[in-house]
Amino acid sequence: MAPTLEISEPKAAADPMLPVPCRIRRVRNETADTFTWELQPADGPARFAFQPGQFNMLYVFGVGEVPISISGDPADTQSFRHTTRAVGVVTRAMRQLRAGDVLGVRGPFGSAWPIEAAAGRDVVIVAGGIGLAPLRPALCRLLAQRRRYGRIVLLYGARTPQDILFPHELERWRGKFDLEVQVTVDRSADTWRGNVGVVTTLIPCAPFEPANAVALVCGPEVMMRYTVRELQRRGIAADRIHVSMERNMKCAIGFCGHCQYGPAFICKDGPIFPFDRVESIFGKAEV
Amino acid sequence: MKSAPLAVKRSDKAVLQAEDLDMLIQNLRKRGHQVIGPTRREGAIVYEELASAQNLPAGWTDEQDGGTYRLKRRTDGALFGYAVGPHSWKEFVHPPAQRLYRARRNGKQVEFLPETPPAAKCAFLGVRACELNAIAIQDRVFLGGPVVDPGYQSRRQQLFLIAVNCTVAGGTCFCASMNTGPKAASGYDVALTEVMESGRHYFMTEAGTDRGAEVLSQLPLQRATSRQEQIAADMVSQTARRMARQMDTTGIEELFYRNYEHPRWDDVAKRCLTCANCTLVCPTCFCTTVEDTADLTGQHAERWRKWDSCFTLDFSYIAGGSVRSSSRARYRQWLTHKLATWMDQFGTSGCVGCGRCITWCPAAIDLTEEVRALREGGPARGAAPTGKETKP
Repeated sequence: MAPTLEISEPKAAADPMLPVPCRIRRVRNETADTFTWELQPADGPARFAFQPGQFNMLYVFGVGEVPISISGDPADTQSFRHTTRAVGVVTRAMRQLRAGDVLGVRGPFGSAWPIEAAAGRDVVIVAGGIGLAPLRPALCRLLAQRRRYGRIVLLYGARTPQDILFPHELERWRGKFDLEVQVTVDRSADTWRGNVGVVTTLIPCAPFEPANAVALVCGPEVMMRYTVRELQRRGIAADRIHVSMERNMKCAIGFCGHCQYGPAFICKDGPIFPFDRVESIFGKAEV
Repeated sequence: MKSAPLAVKRSDKAVLQAEDLDMLIQNLRKRGHQVIGPTRREGAIVYEELASAQNLPAGWTDEQDGGTYRLKRRTDGALFGYAVGPHSWKEFVHPPAQRLYRARRNGKQVEFLPETPPAAKCAFLGVRACELNAIAIQDRVFLGGPVVDPGYQSRRQQLFLIAVNCTVAGGTCFCASMNTGPKAASGYDVALTEVMESGRHYFMTEAGTDRGAEVLSQLPLQRATSRQEQIAADMVSQTARRMARQMDTTGIEELFYRNYEHPRWDDVAKRCLTCANCTLVCPTCFCTTVEDTADLTGQHAERWRKWDSCFTLDFSYIAGGSVRSSSRARYRQWLTHKLATWMDQFGTSGCVGCGRCITWCPAAIDLTEEVRALREGGPARGAAPTGKETKP
């Protein structure tokens, strides 16, 4: 029998499905299909607090709503950022919006990268394609408290040199003595002199101490599958590898049912999971 | 035999003559409740607003089996002599279509207009034990987490629930094995058991809450004799014994977690039409999608929430395609969620044994049989010959 629940009086809480109008302050094109917005609540700047790895639901007037990770620096108190790839109906409509336009925002939602728990350890960040966007706030925070961590390694794979996200920032980060940044592309024309190959090829020689490392992984599911395999081969324990999962999502508060991944709701239990929590279904087809 | 109102307390058993049932309906209507209950429409017993006890399907029953539902006449005038039909109460608490907000654009300004919570308060008459459990399960979905669904909460909080204990076992019922019926155990304001014996027709009543007792106390009740109590109790326990189907839920989570790749999923996929009937008739399925509309001026938009089903391709669509493109994966998702992952999510099974998904499946897929097959690895009854042996 289902245990009964006490039905309480409705509280005057904010409607969780009602967006807050936010204004685009700046649009920056990152690659041919990817752009970054800087946003502020429409009725004036207000502190938007979030944890690295969390996402917002962005609503385009009359078109629809999509979950998009927050890509800004959590220390930024003036605005928040989203980096989006235009691939679907809503994200293509988003691409048509300009500075000054207003959209609806709900959030932030979901679990965060374990930045606090990683203190005292090496941190390995492995990103594929647009997967770098939700990891950017994590790296910003790690760098802001650099002394609390051991080695920090960022391994990034893009499809082609033209698809590399945040190239100037990557170059700036690569110039730092206390950060190891390696970039690779799946394929390139003759002009590219950097690494060619999938991002997993960078893992075997990356400088970190597996017994004392935490890994943060975000990218396409197939990329994460091989990345986790390589990280485990290096000796990082499953509960110290964190993956960011993606599924269809309509509400972000556990009511619509779309984002179920086995027993988990990606919107509220994820999107970031310690790998041991999803290991039994990870890589199974069509779950 | 008429009697004056009898003051009853919670758990008191009292007798209400069948001809006086309408007084209960009228009493609730006077208190401002919209009374919803079973009525006969288009060859089925469905839930609609009742103006009086005249609207109840007196003298009707149903025949149910996999993919089969037929109404037929009873030889008596029983008011609740049937099992559950295609409707469930969820449509009144978790409506099939609900506007979430309206949005207005004015130049560079956008404004979101919230919906006001619904005002109508409902009384459900004829809620079966399985359905009370289904309501308790949806309570956990919409009210049990850190975020509460305000519309659901407002509707749910105003509900007055009149349970009817089952004296007929439907052809696809298996509540006894799910420990969810046929007797209403909790969660009701008033519970009724319909008794017909030696020319008498009455209801054994019991209040489950103080407000239930208050409503009953305004009706012409008589104290129940111990013989009457016994007759009513026997009728309900007989129903449990007459239930033809059952589901063994021992270790059911593990059963599913261990069998993601069981060949039975291929077998059921050959029969499943992915029509979504099972999810729509299920009293606990809660999934929804959203729809956006805009008017011709482009200045007004609305966002609606509508029932959805994990059997559609769109349900799992992300950039690049649907995660669950095969019907095998979609049936597996539905059944695994219903019987296993639901427990991890909400601390209860998602199934109450009402049998609707069996009755209303056009391919007569029977989840009790699918679970048995997962346990035993046997072939499907009535399955199309595949030319291949399935191995456990």
